[in-house]
Amino acid sequence: MLFTRTLSRAACALVFTFAASAAPGGDKSIIVQSTTSTANSGLYDEILPMFQDKTGIRVDVVAVGTGQAIKNAMNGDGDVLLVHAKPAEEKFVADGFGVERFDVMYNDFVIVGPSSDPAGIRGMQDAKAALKKIAGSKALFASRGDNSGTHKKEVALWKAAGIDPTGASGTWYRETGSGMGATLNTASGMSAYTLTDRGTWISFKNRGDLRILAEGDADLFNQYGVILVNPAKHPHVKADLGQAFIDWILSDAGQNAIAGYKLEGQQLFFPNARR
Amino acid sequence: MQDFGQAIVLALHLVLAGNADLMEIVGLSLKVSLTAVFASCLIGLPLGAVLAISSFRGRGIVLVLLNALMGLPPVVVGLIVYLFLSNAGPLGWLRLLYSPAAMIIAQAVLITPIIAALSRQVIEELHDEYAEQFRSLCVSLPSAVAALIWDGRYSLVTVALAGFGRAVAEVGAVMIVGGNIDHLTRVMTTAIALETSKGDLALALGLGMVLMVMALVINAAVMALRLTAARFAYA
Repeated sequence: MLFTRTLSRAACALVFTFAASAAPGGDKSIIVQSTTSTANSGLYDEILPMFQDKTGIRVDVVAVGTGQAIKNAMNGDGDVLLVHAKPAEEKFVADGFGVERFDVMYNDFVIVGPSSDPAGIRGMQDAKAALKKIAGSKALFASRGDNSGTHKKEVALWKAAGIDPTGASGTWYRETGSGMGATLNTASGMSAYTLTDRGTWISFKNRGDLRILAEGDADLFNQYGVILVNPAKHPHVKADLGQAFIDWILSDAGQNAIAGYKLEGQQLFFPNARR
Repeated sequence: MQDFGQAIVLALHLVLAGNADLMEIVGLSLKVSLTAVFASCLIGLPLGAVLAISSFRGRGIVLVLLNALMGLPPVVVGLIVYLFLSNAGPLGWLRLLYSPAAMIIAQAVLITPIIAALSRQVIEELHDEYAEQFRSLCVSLPSAVAALIWDGRYSLVTVALAGFGRAVAEVGAVMIVGGNIDHLTRVMTTAIALETSKGDLALALGLGMVLMVMALVINAAVMALRLTAARFAYA
Protein backbone atom coordinates (compact mmCIF):
# COMPACT_ATOMS: atom_id res chain seq x y z
CA MET A 1 0.00 0.00 0.00
CA LEU A 2 2.84 2.32 0.85
CA PHE A 3 4.00 1.98 -2.71
CA THR A 4 0.71 2.95 -4.35
CA ARG A 5 0.15 5.75 -1.90
CA THR A 6 3.55 7.19 -2.72
CA LEU A 7 2.96 6.68 -6.40
CA SER A 8 -0.45 8.31 -6.43
CA ARG A 9 0.85 11.19 -4.32
CA ALA A 10 3.72 11.69 -6.73
CA ALA A 11 1.32 11.55 -9.65
CA CYS A 12 -0.99 14.13 -8.07
CA ALA A 13 1.91 16.45 -7.34
CA LEU A 14 3.03 16.06 -10.93
CA VAL A 15 -0.36 16.85 -12.39
CA PHE A 16 -0.77 19.88 -10.15
CA THR A 17 2.62 21.35 -10.88
CA PHE A 18 1.96 20.87 -14.55
CA ALA A 19 -1.52 22.38 -14.42
CA ALA A 20 -0.18 25.34 -12.46
CA SER A 21 2.63 26.04 -14.87
CA ALA A 22 0.52 25.46 -17.96
CA ALA A 23 -2.06 28.02 -16.91
CA PRO A 24 -1.60 31.22 -18.86
CA GLY A 25 0.15 33.72 -16.63
CA GLY A 26 -1.29 36.69 -18.48
CA ASP A 27 2.17 37.62 -19.72
CA LYS A 28 2.57 39.16 -23.15
CA SER A 29 4.42 37.03 -25.64
CA ILE A 30 4.63 36.45 -29.36
CA ILE A 31 5.98 33.63 -31.48
CA VAL A 32 8.49 34.50 -34.19
CA GLN A 33 9.02 31.89 -36.87
CA SER A 34 12.63 32.29 -37.88
CA THR A 35 15.64 30.49 -39.25
CA THR A 36 18.34 28.35 -37.68
CA SER A 37 21.02 30.65 -39.10
CA THR A 38 19.84 33.66 -37.10
CA ALA A 39 19.11 31.70 -33.93
CA ASN A 40 22.36 29.70 -33.99
CA SER A 41 24.37 32.90 -34.37
CA GLY A 42 23.20 34.09 -30.95
CA LEU A 43 21.69 37.32 -32.33
CA TYR A 44 18.31 36.79 -30.68
CA ASP A 45 19.86 36.08 -27.28
CA GLU A 46 21.48 39.50 -27.57
CA ILE A 47 18.67 41.69 -28.89
CA LEU A 48 15.44 40.11 -27.60
CA PRO A 49 16.10 40.91 -23.92
CA MET A 50 16.49 44.59 -24.96
CA PHE A 51 13.07 44.47 -26.62
CA GLN A 52 11.52 42.70 -23.64
CA ASP A 53 13.00 45.24 -21.19
CA LYS A 54 11.48 48.06 -23.17
CA THR A 55 8.04 46.64 -23.91
CA GLY A 56 7.49 43.73 -21.55
CA ILE A 57 6.78 41.48 -24.52
CA ARG A 58 8.52 38.12 -24.50
CA VAL A 59 9.54 36.78 -27.90
CA ASP A 60 9.55 33.01 -28.36
CA VAL A 61 11.65 32.05 -31.36
CA VAL A 62 10.97 28.88 -33.31
CA ALA A 63 14.12 28.28 -35.33
CA VAL A 64 13.64 26.07 -38.39
CA GLY A 65 14.63 26.26 -42.05
CA THR A 66 13.12 29.16 -44.01
CA GLY A 67 10.90 26.74 -45.96
CA GLN A 68 9.43 25.26 -42.79
CA ALA A 69 9.17 28.68 -41.10
CA ILE A 70 7.08 30.01 -43.98
CA LYS A 71 4.93 26.87 -43.99
CA ASN A 72 4.36 27.17 -40.23
CA ALA A 73 3.46 30.85 -40.60
CA MET A 74 1.02 29.98 -43.41
CA ASN A 75 -0.67 27.65 -40.93
CA GLY A 76 -0.93 30.59 -38.54
CA ASP A 77 1.51 29.05 -36.08
CA GLY A 78 3.33 32.26 -35.29
CA ASP A 79 2.80 36.01 -35.16
CA VAL A 80 5.86 37.26 -37.02
CA LEU A 81 8.04 35.75 -39.76
CA LEU A 82 11.72 36.72 -39.93
CA VAL A 83 13.52 34.81 -42.68
CA HIS A 84 15.84 35.23 -45.64
CA ALA A 85 14.39 34.22 -48.98
CA LYS A 86 13.01 37.36 -50.59
CA PRO A 87 11.07 35.78 -53.48
CA ALA A 88 9.36 33.31 -51.14
CA GLU A 89 8.62 36.11 -48.66
CA GLU A 90 7.07 38.28 -51.36
CA LYS A 91 4.93 35.35 -52.46
CA PHE A 92 3.89 34.84 -48.83
CA VAL A 93 2.64 38.45 -48.71
CA ALA A 94 1.11 38.32 -52.20
CA ASP A 95 -0.86 35.21 -51.25
CA GLY A 96 -2.37 37.11 -48.34
CA PHE A 97 -0.59 35.27 -45.53
CA GLY A 98 1.48 38.28 -44.51
CA VAL A 99 0.67 41.97 -44.11
CA GLU A 100 3.80 43.63 -45.48
CA ARG A 101 7.46 42.76 -45.89
CA PHE A 102 10.27 44.99 -44.60
CA ASP A 103 14.02 44.69 -45.07
CA VAL A 104 15.67 44.25 -41.66
CA MET A 105 19.33 43.45 -42.10
CA TYR A 106 21.75 41.49 -44.21
CA ASN A 107 24.80 39.38 -43.90
CA ASP A 108 26.56 37.43 -46.58
CA PHE A 109 27.24 33.91 -47.66
CA VAL A 110 30.70 32.43 -48.01
CA ILE A 111 31.93 29.27 -49.71
CA VAL A 112 33.92 27.17 -47.28
CA GLY A 113 35.91 24.07 -48.10
CA PRO A 114 38.85 21.90 -47.03
CA SER A 115 42.15 23.75 -46.72
CA SER A 116 43.66 21.37 -49.31
CA ASP A 117 41.21 23.03 -51.78
CA PRO A 118 41.05 20.28 -54.47
CA ALA A 119 38.99 22.52 -56.80
CA GLY A 120 41.41 25.44 -56.48
CA ILE A 121 38.94 28.20 -55.60
CA ARG A 122 40.91 29.85 -52.83
CA GLY A 123 40.72 33.64 -52.97
CA MET A 124 38.08 33.71 -55.70
CA GLN A 125 35.40 36.36 -55.50
CA ASP A 126 33.12 35.23 -58.32
CA ALA A 127 30.79 32.70 -56.68
CA LYS A 128 29.49 31.30 -59.98
CA ALA A 129 33.00 30.70 -61.29
CA ALA A 130 33.94 29.01 -58.00
CA LEU A 131 30.95 26.66 -58.26
CA LYS A 132 31.89 25.86 -61.86
CA LYS A 133 35.36 24.86 -60.75
CA ILE A 134 33.96 22.68 -57.97
CA ALA A 135 31.61 20.94 -60.41
CA GLY A 136 34.39 20.63 -63.00
CA SER A 137 36.73 18.91 -60.58
CA LYS A 138 33.89 16.83 -59.10
CA ALA A 139 35.09 17.83 -55.63
CA LEU A 140 32.63 16.95 -52.85
CA PHE A 141 29.98 19.60 -52.22
CA ALA A 142 27.54 19.40 -49.30
CA SER A 143 24.19 21.01 -50.04
CA ARG A 144 21.54 21.82 -47.43
CA GLY A 145 18.91 20.21 -49.67
CA ASP A 146 16.16 21.33 -47.28
CA ASN A 147 14.48 24.17 -49.15
CA SER A 148 15.83 26.67 -46.63
CA GLY A 149 16.86 30.22 -47.48
CA THR A 150 20.48 29.16 -47.79
CA HIS A 151 19.52 26.23 -49.98
CA LYS A 152 17.43 28.46 -52.22
CA LYS A 153 20.38 30.81 -52.58
CA GLU A 154 22.66 27.91 -53.46
CA VAL A 155 20.23 26.59 -56.07
CA ALA A 156 20.00 30.07 -57.60
CA LEU A 157 23.79 30.27 -57.80
CA TRP A 158 24.07 26.89 -59.52
CA LYS A 159 21.41 27.96 -61.97
CA ALA A 160 23.23 31.22 -62.69
CA ALA A 161 26.40 29.18 -63.23
CA GLY A 162 24.53 27.06 -65.78
CA ILE A 163 25.00 23.81 -63.89
CA ASP A 164 22.40 21.36 -62.65
CA PRO A 165 24.16 19.54 -59.80
CA THR A 166 21.12 17.46 -58.82
CA GLY A 167 22.03 14.98 -61.57
CA ALA A 168 25.17 14.22 -59.57
CA SER A 169 23.24 13.91 -56.30
CA GLY A 170 24.75 11.13 -54.24
CA THR A 171 28.09 11.27 -56.05
CA TRP A 172 30.08 14.51 -55.58
CA TYR A 173 26.95 16.58 -54.88
CA ARG A 174 25.59 15.54 -51.49
CA GLU A 175 22.31 16.83 -50.14
CA THR A 176 22.21 16.52 -46.36
CA GLY A 177 18.59 17.58 -45.98
CA SER A 178 19.38 19.22 -42.66
CA GLY A 179 20.17 22.53 -40.98
CA MET A 180 23.20 24.74 -41.52
CA GLY A 181 25.08 23.47 -38.49
CA ALA A 182 24.40 19.83 -39.31
CA THR A 183 25.50 20.43 -42.90
CA LEU A 184 28.72 22.11 -41.73
CA ASN A 185 29.35 19.11 -39.45
CA THR A 186 28.88 16.85 -42.47
CA ALA A 187 31.10 18.99 -44.72
CA SER A 188 33.77 19.04 -42.03
CA GLY A 189 33.52 15.26 -41.68
CA MET A 190 33.92 14.48 -45.38
CA SER A 191 36.08 17.46 -46.42
CA ALA A 192 33.44 18.88 -48.70
CA TYR A 193 32.78 22.40 -49.92
CA THR A 194 29.57 24.07 -48.81
CA LEU A 195 27.76 27.38 -48.89
CA THR A 196 27.11 28.91 -45.47
CA ASP A 197 25.98 32.23 -44.10
CA ARG A 198 28.80 34.06 -42.38
CA GLY A 199 26.96 34.32 -39.07
CA THR A 200 26.64 30.56 -38.60
CA TRP A 201 30.22 30.10 -39.79
CA ILE A 202 31.70 32.54 -37.26
CA SER A 203 29.82 30.97 -34.35
CA PHE A 204 30.42 27.39 -35.57
CA LYS A 205 32.86 25.48 -33.42
CA ASN A 206 33.47 22.15 -35.18
CA ARG A 207 35.24 23.54 -38.26
CA GLY A 208 37.95 20.90 -38.47
CA ASP A 209 39.82 21.43 -41.71
CA LEU A 210 37.29 23.83 -43.28
CA ARG A 211 38.29 27.38 -44.25
CA ILE A 212 36.60 30.29 -46.01
CA LEU A 213 37.76 29.96 -49.62
CA ALA A 214 35.53 32.28 -51.63
CA GLU A 215 33.75 35.43 -50.48
CA GLY A 216 32.83 38.97 -51.34
CA ASP A 217 30.59 38.49 -54.43
CA ALA A 218 27.50 40.71 -54.64
CA ASP A 219 25.63 37.49 -55.52
CA LEU A 220 26.40 36.21 -52.03
CA PHE A 221 24.39 38.98 -50.39
CA ASN A 222 21.86 37.60 -47.84
CA GLN A 223 18.88 39.84 -47.10
CA TYR A 224 16.60 39.23 -44.12
CA GLY A 225 13.00 40.39 -44.13
CA VAL A 226 10.35 40.64 -41.43
CA ILE A 227 6.61 40.14 -41.99
CA LEU A 228 3.59 40.29 -39.70
CA VAL A 229 1.41 37.23 -40.19
CA ASN A 230 -1.90 38.46 -41.56
CA PRO A 231 -4.56 38.66 -38.82
CA ALA A 232 -7.21 38.74 -41.54
CA LYS A 233 -6.17 35.19 -42.43
CA HIS A 234 -5.52 33.99 -38.89
CA PRO A 235 -7.61 36.03 -36.40
CA HIS A 236 -5.76 34.88 -33.28
CA VAL A 237 -2.48 36.43 -34.50
CA LYS A 238 -1.32 38.93 -31.88
CA ALA A 239 -1.17 41.75 -34.40
CA ASP A 240 -0.53 44.56 -31.88
CA LEU A 241 2.33 42.80 -30.14
CA GLY A 242 3.79 41.49 -33.40
CA GLN A 243 3.63 44.96 -34.93
CA ALA A 244 5.33 46.38 -31.82
CA PHE A 245 8.19 43.95 -32.40
CA ILE A 246 8.45 44.85 -36.08
CA ASP A 247 8.35 48.60 -35.28
CA TRP A 248 11.10 48.11 -32.73
CA ILE A 249 13.42 46.02 -34.92
CA LEU A 250 13.07 48.58 -37.73
CA SER A 251 13.61 51.53 -35.36
CA ASP A 252 16.98 53.09 -34.50
CA ALA A 253 17.04 51.16 -31.23
CA GLY A 254 16.50 47.80 -32.93
CA GLN A 255 18.83 48.53 -35.81
CA ASN A 256 21.58 49.66 -33.43
CA ALA A 257 21.09 46.52 -31.37
CA ILE A 258 21.63 44.41 -34.49
CA ALA A 259 24.73 46.38 -35.48
CA GLY A 260 26.06 46.11 -31.95
CA TYR A 261 26.03 42.31 -31.87
CA LYS A 262 29.57 41.03 -32.29
CA LEU A 263 30.99 37.58 -32.02
CA GLU A 264 34.71 37.14 -31.64
CA GLY A 265 35.11 40.79 -32.54
CA GLN A 266 33.20 40.51 -35.82
CA GLN A 267 29.90 42.14 -36.65
CA LEU A 268 27.55 39.41 -37.94
CA PHE A 269 24.56 41.33 -39.26
CA PHE A 270 24.29 44.70 -40.97
CA PRO A 271 21.03 46.57 -40.38
CA ASN A 272 19.51 48.10 -43.52
CA ALA A 273 15.90 48.91 -42.74
CA ARG A 274 14.61 51.67 -45.02
CA ARG A 275 13.42 54.58 -42.91
CA MET B 1 38.40 11.69 -28.99
CA GLN B 2 39.44 14.73 -26.98
CA ASP B 3 35.74 15.68 -27.03
CA PHE B 4 34.99 12.95 -24.49
CA GLY B 5 37.36 14.29 -21.86
CA GLN B 6 36.14 17.81 -22.51
CA ALA B 7 32.52 16.64 -22.32
CA ILE B 8 32.98 14.97 -18.93
CA VAL B 9 34.62 18.11 -17.53
CA LEU B 10 31.83 20.28 -18.99
CA ALA B 11 29.08 18.00 -17.69
CA LEU B 12 30.56 17.98 -14.18
CA HIS B 13 31.04 21.71 -14.29
CA LEU B 14 27.43 22.34 -15.38
CA VAL B 15 25.97 20.04 -12.73
CA LEU B 16 28.21 21.09 -9.84
CA ALA B 17 27.79 24.78 -10.57
CA GLY B 18 24.01 24.24 -10.56
CA ASN B 19 23.74 26.03 -13.93
CA ALA B 20 20.29 27.65 -13.90
CA ASP B 21 19.58 27.05 -17.60
CA LEU B 22 20.54 23.40 -17.26
CA MET B 23 18.31 22.94 -14.22
CA GLU B 24 15.41 24.50 -16.11
CA ILE B 25 15.95 22.18 -19.07
CA VAL B 26 16.34 19.09 -16.90
CA GLY B 27 13.24 20.07 -14.94
CA LEU B 28 11.16 20.47 -18.09
CA SER B 29 12.43 17.17 -19.52
CA LEU B 30 11.36 15.38 -16.34
CA LYS B 31 8.03 17.16 -16.13
CA VAL B 32 7.11 16.48 -19.76
CA SER B 33 8.23 12.85 -19.87
CA LEU B 34 6.90 11.85 -16.45
CA THR B 35 3.52 13.42 -17.16
CA ALA B 36 3.45 11.66 -20.53
CA VAL B 37 4.24 8.33 -18.86
CA PHE B 38 1.53 8.93 -16.27
CA ALA B 39 -1.06 9.73 -18.94
CA SER B 40 0.03 6.75 -21.04
CA CYS B 41 -0.31 4.42 -18.06
CA LEU B 42 -3.84 5.67 -17.40
CA ILE B 43 -4.78 4.63 -20.94
CA GLY B 44 -2.28 1.89 -21.72
CA LEU B 45 -2.52 -0.30 -18.62
CA PRO B 46 -6.32 -0.86 -18.71
CA LEU B 47 -6.15 -1.24 -22.48
CA GLY B 48 -3.40 -3.84 -22.17
CA ALA B 49 -5.31 -5.67 -19.43
CA VAL B 50 -8.55 -5.75 -21.40
CA LEU B 51 -6.73 -7.06 -24.47
CA ALA B 52 -5.00 -9.67 -22.31
CA ILE B 53 -8.13 -11.22 -20.87
CA SER B 54 -10.78 -10.77 -23.50
CA SER B 55 -11.21 -12.81 -26.63
CA PHE B 56 -12.95 -11.49 -29.70
CA ARG B 57 -12.79 -11.85 -33.44
CA GLY B 58 -9.79 -10.08 -34.89
CA ARG B 59 -7.90 -9.96 -31.58
CA GLY B 60 -4.81 -11.28 -33.33
CA ILE B 61 -4.91 -8.43 -35.81
CA VAL B 62 -5.32 -5.87 -33.02
CA LEU B 63 -2.31 -7.33 -31.19
CA VAL B 64 -0.14 -7.26 -34.30
CA LEU B 65 -1.18 -3.64 -34.91
CA LEU B 66 -0.46 -2.68 -31.32
CA ASN B 67 2.94 -4.34 -31.38
CA ALA B 68 3.75 -2.61 -34.66
CA LEU B 69 2.79 0.76 -33.15
CA MET B 70 5.58 0.29 -30.61
CA GLY B 71 7.87 1.17 -33.48
CA LEU B 72 6.18 4.51 -34.25
CA PRO B 73 8.90 6.92 -35.39
CA PRO B 74 8.93 9.96 -33.07
CA VAL B 75 9.24 12.37 -35.98
CA VAL B 76 6.04 10.97 -37.55
CA VAL B 77 4.20 11.29 -34.23
CA GLY B 78 5.48 14.86 -33.99
CA LEU B 79 4.29 15.65 -37.47
CA ILE B 80 0.83 14.17 -36.90
CA VAL B 81 0.40 15.95 -33.56
CA TYR B 82 1.64 19.17 -35.20
CA LEU B 83 -0.96 18.86 -37.96
CA PHE B 84 -3.70 18.42 -35.36
CA LEU B 85 -2.55 21.22 -33.04
CA SER B 86 -1.54 23.67 -35.75
CA ASN B 87 -3.77 26.70 -36.03
CA ALA B 88 -4.77 25.39 -39.43
CA GLY B 89 -5.56 21.98 -37.89
CA PRO B 90 -8.71 20.65 -36.22
CA LEU B 91 -7.46 21.24 -32.66
CA GLY B 92 -5.81 24.60 -33.35
CA TRP B 93 -8.37 26.41 -31.19
CA LEU B 94 -6.84 24.78 -28.12
CA ARG B 95 -3.76 26.98 -28.70
CA LEU B 96 -1.46 24.23 -27.47
CA LEU B 97 1.23 24.23 -30.16
CA TYR B 98 4.71 25.23 -28.94
CA SER B 99 3.83 24.53 -25.31
CA PRO B 100 4.91 21.81 -22.88
CA ALA B 101 1.37 20.42 -23.10
CA ALA B 102 1.86 19.72 -26.82
CA MET B 103 5.09 17.89 -26.02
CA ILE B 104 3.34 15.79 -23.39
CA ILE B 105 0.62 14.86 -25.89
CA ALA B 106 3.17 13.85 -28.52
CA GLN B 107 5.18 11.73 -26.09
CA ALA B 108 2.02 10.15 -24.69
CA VAL B 109 0.93 9.18 -28.22
CA LEU B 110 4.38 7.75 -28.78
CA ILE B 111 4.53 5.56 -25.68
CA THR B 112 0.92 4.53 -25.05
CA PRO B 113 1.28 1.64 -27.55
CA ILE B 114 4.45 0.54 -25.75
CA ILE B 115 2.76 0.57 -22.35
CA ALA B 116 -0.34 -1.20 -23.73
CA ALA B 117 1.56 -3.86 -25.67
CA LEU B 118 4.04 -4.69 -22.92
CA SER B 119 1.42 -4.69 -20.17
CA ARG B 120 -0.76 -6.94 -22.34
CA GLN B 121 2.11 -9.44 -22.37
CA VAL B 122 2.72 -9.21 -18.61
CA ILE B 123 -0.95 -9.42 -17.68
CA GLU B 124 -1.72 -12.25 -20.08
CA GLU B 125 0.83 -14.44 -18.32
CA LEU B 126 -0.60 -13.49 -14.95
CA HIS B 127 -4.12 -14.13 -16.18
CA ASP B 128 -3.23 -17.70 -17.12
CA GLU B 129 -2.86 -18.37 -13.40
CA TYR B 130 -6.02 -16.48 -12.40
CA ALA B 131 -8.43 -17.40 -15.18
CA GLU B 132 -10.13 -20.33 -13.50
CA GLN B 133 -10.54 -18.53 -10.23
CA PHE B 134 -12.07 -15.51 -11.97
CA ARG B 135 -14.47 -17.78 -13.81
CA SER B 136 -15.54 -19.67 -10.67
CA LEU B 137 -16.10 -16.41 -8.78
CA CYS B 138 -17.85 -14.75 -11.76
CA VAL B 139 -15.55 -11.72 -11.51
CA SER B 140 -16.64 -8.83 -13.75
CA LEU B 141 -14.29 -7.47 -16.39
CA PRO B 142 -13.52 -4.17 -14.58
CA SER B 143 -12.72 -5.96 -11.31
CA ALA B 144 -10.57 -8.50 -13.12
CA VAL B 145 -8.67 -5.71 -14.88
CA ALA B 146 -8.13 -3.89 -11.58
CA ALA B 147 -7.01 -7.05 -9.78
CA LEU B 148 -4.59 -8.01 -12.53
CA ILE B 149 -3.03 -4.56 -12.76
CA TRP B 150 -2.67 -4.47 -8.99
CA ASP B 151 -1.12 -7.92 -8.70
CA GLY B 152 1.18 -7.29 -11.64
CA ARG B 153 2.26 -3.90 -10.35
CA TYR B 154 5.92 -4.77 -9.85
CA SER B 155 6.34 -5.99 -13.41
CA LEU B 156 4.22 -3.12 -14.72
CA VAL B 157 6.56 -0.59 -13.14
CA THR B 158 9.24 -1.91 -15.47
CA VAL B 159 6.81 -1.41 -18.34
CA ALA B 160 6.32 2.21 -17.27
CA LEU B 161 10.09 2.65 -17.09
CA ALA B 162 10.45 1.35 -20.64
CA GLY B 163 7.94 4.01 -21.70
CA PHE B 164 9.77 6.69 -19.75
CA GLY B 165 13.05 5.70 -21.37
CA ARG B 166 11.55 6.07 -24.82
CA ALA B 167 9.88 9.39 -23.97
CA VAL B 168 12.83 11.11 -22.36
CA ALA B 169 15.21 9.98 -25.10
CA GLU B 170 13.21 11.01 -28.17
CA VAL B 171 13.89 14.28 -29.96
CA GLY B 172 11.92 14.12 -33.21
CA ALA B 173 8.47 14.69 -31.78
CA VAL B 174 9.19 17.38 -29.18
CA MET B 175 11.32 19.30 -31.67
CA ILE B 176 8.36 19.70 -34.04
CA VAL B 177 5.53 20.34 -31.57
CA GLY B 178 7.60 22.17 -28.96
CA GLY B 179 9.77 24.20 -31.30
CA ASN B 180 12.82 24.07 -28.99
CA ILE B 181 11.99 27.55 -27.66
CA ASP B 182 14.48 28.76 -25.07
CA HIS B 183 13.01 28.97 -21.54
CA LEU B 184 9.70 27.57 -22.77
CA THR B 185 9.94 24.25 -24.57
CA ARG B 186 13.64 23.42 -24.62
CA VAL B 187 14.33 19.97 -23.17
CA MET B 188 17.50 17.89 -22.88
CA THR B 189 17.28 16.18 -26.26
CA THR B 190 16.43 19.31 -28.24
CA ALA B 191 19.21 21.19 -26.45
CA ILE B 192 21.63 18.42 -27.44
CA ALA B 193 20.45 18.62 -31.07
CA LEU B 194 20.89 22.41 -30.99
CA GLU B 195 24.43 22.30 -29.60
CA THR B 196 25.35 19.62 -32.14
CA SER B 197 24.07 21.87 -34.93
CA LYS B 198 26.20 24.70 -33.53
CA GLY B 199 29.19 22.38 -33.78
CA ASP B 200 29.73 22.50 -30.01
CA LEU B 201 30.12 18.74 -29.77
CA ALA B 202 31.69 18.76 -26.30
CA LEU B 203 28.77 20.65 -24.76
CA ALA B 204 26.28 18.44 -26.64
CA LEU B 205 27.98 15.33 -25.33
CA GLY B 206 28.15 16.80 -21.83
CA LEU B 207 24.38 17.38 -21.91
CA GLY B 208 23.98 13.81 -23.16
CA MET B 209 25.87 12.56 -20.15
CA VAL B 210 23.63 14.57 -17.81
CA LEU B 211 20.60 13.04 -19.54
CA MET B 212 21.94 9.52 -19.06
CA VAL B 213 22.69 10.15 -15.38
CA MET B 214 19.17 11.54 -14.99
CA ALA B 215 17.68 8.36 -16.46
CA LEU B 216 19.91 6.31 -14.19
CA VAL B 217 18.74 8.18 -11.08
CA ILE B 218 15.06 7.74 -12.03
CA ASN B 219 15.51 4.03 -12.60
CA ALA B 220 17.41 3.60 -9.35
CA ALA B 221 14.76 5.55 -7.43
CA VAL B 222 11.96 3.41 -8.84
CA MET B 223 13.91 0.25 -8.07
CA ALA B 224 14.44 1.41 -4.48
CA LEU B 225 10.75 2.25 -4.10
CA ARG B 226 9.86 -1.18 -5.42
CA LEU B 227 12.17 -2.97 -3.02
CA THR B 228 10.88 -0.97 -0.05
CA ALA B 229 7.29 -1.64 -1.05
CA ALA B 230 7.98 -5.34 -1.52
CA ARG B 231 9.58 -5.55 1.91
CA PHE B 232 6.52 -3.92 3.50
CA ALA B 233 4.21 -6.22 1.58
CA TYR B 234 5.88 -9.42 2.77
CA ALA B 235 6.84 -8.28 6.28
